[in-house]
Amino acid sequence: MRRPADTAPLPDRAKMAAVAGAPLERLRACPHCDALHVLPDLGPRERASCSRCHALLVAPRSRALSRIIALALTALILMAAAVMMPFLDLTEAGMHSRASVMDAVMAFSRGAMAPLSIAVGALIVVIPALRLALVLYVLAPMLGGGAPWPRAGQAFRLANALKPWSMAEIFMIGVAVALVKVAGLASVTPGPAFWAFCGLVLVTVLHDNVMDNESIWQAIETREKAARGEGDGKTDPLAAPPRGVRA
Amino acid sequence: MTVTARQAGLVACTRCGRVWPADVHTCARCGAPLSSRDPGALQRVWAWWIAGLVVYIPANVYPMLITRTLNYSSEATILGGVIELLSHGDVLVALVVFVASILIPVGKFIAIGFLALSVEKRRWMSEHGQHRLHAVVEFIGRWSMIDVFVVAILASLVRFDAVATINPGIAAVSFALSVAFTMLAAQSFDPRTIWDD
Ligand SMILES: [Zn+2]
Ligand SMILES: [Zn+2]
Repeated sequence: MRRPADTAPLPDRAKMAAVAGAPLERLRACPHCDALHVLPDLGPRERASCSRCHALLVAPRSRALSRIIALALTALILMAAAVMMPFLDLTEAGMHSRASVMDAVMAFSRGAMAPLSIAVGALIVVIPALRLALVLYVLAPMLGGGAPWPRAGQAFRLANALKPWSMAEIFMIGVAVALVKVAGLASVTPGPAFWAFCGLVLVTVLHDNVMDNESIWQAIETREKAARGEGDGKTDPLAAPPRGVRA
Repeated sequence: MTVTARQAGLVACTRCGRVWPADVHTCARCGAPLSSRDPGALQRVWAWWIAGLVVYIPANVYPMLITRTLNYSSEATILGGVIELLSHGDVLVALVVFVASILIPVGKFIAIGFLALSVEKRRWMSEHGQHRLHAVVEFIGRWSMIDVFVVAILASLVRFDAVATINPGIAAVSFALSVAFTMLAAQSFDPRTIWDD
């Protein structure tokens, strides 16, 4: 792996030897180009990228699980608020029309287009919420240094796989375009759900930014092993620092 | 020169990065099935690519939005919607819709087709170029869904019974399918094959 600027690339032979001598647990392959790397020890502000394709591989941004959990929880609460409260209010010549997020989901529910309603509901509400819930399922039990719940690895893999299909932020751009389109027709007032949804998008971005997949994977692996009585727990990047030492 | 997991006699998990001996079939860390290079990947890319192209045609021919007011009724296709926005002087928003609904989908068909072909033919573009192209396609593809959400919002919001209503057109369904299919095409592509000799 390449640390930005400060370390010169290893000569080929040395790299070969380093890779060959390392235990399997310390090796990682770039998911984009299959290049093998030995996991480096990184500080909290350092990042490592692939020496071949330059894809970002490890970026231990925050080791505080509590921060990720708090952000995921906040986003889930905002999602609940966004679904339940009024979203937009349209006024034209004394006539009122209101739409909630659920109304937008149900926009296609009549006739042959019904499956699209299910898809829209999944893309803007169900999948974003499920992703956050899965992250909470994986991380919350590990908060106090505890072992993960069963199938935490599968849950975290699913959470990552759902990321491209979680389209809350794309929905908000769609809302902005729609608002411009009706601007000439009537006046629109955003309701509390509109602001909740904006907040949800911001918090989700923050959440994705503080999360480092590699350290979470390592924590799951190490603690599952420790729970089975194997391993020494030394490779747990999310372990609580020793007493008296501030993280 | 780089050592790949495959050259080292190992198989890598593309979901979590963990490396295993070549005869392991499931990643013990995340449960994902392991394969050094997915032999069926290219076939799946083409299958999703063709499916996406097939549904993209009706998405452009049929109406996306049907507007009914007291004295007129109009149907707008994707391109029609962009032109309508332009005629109102909303250049920026017209540009957003044009990029999301026309430029990105068309660019995506070309890019994925090019990547799938160049893995077989080679030397059309440097490995770094192909890698970057794949990264861009994966990142940007989902943003095409904007227009579907615009239709959902307008149809749920503009409901003044007899006076003015907006209804979704059937193109919304085929356009959403097209976006989903091309996302699956891009995800099916195994980027590791870009770097293989
Ligand atoms: Zn790489
Ligand atoms: Zn894995």
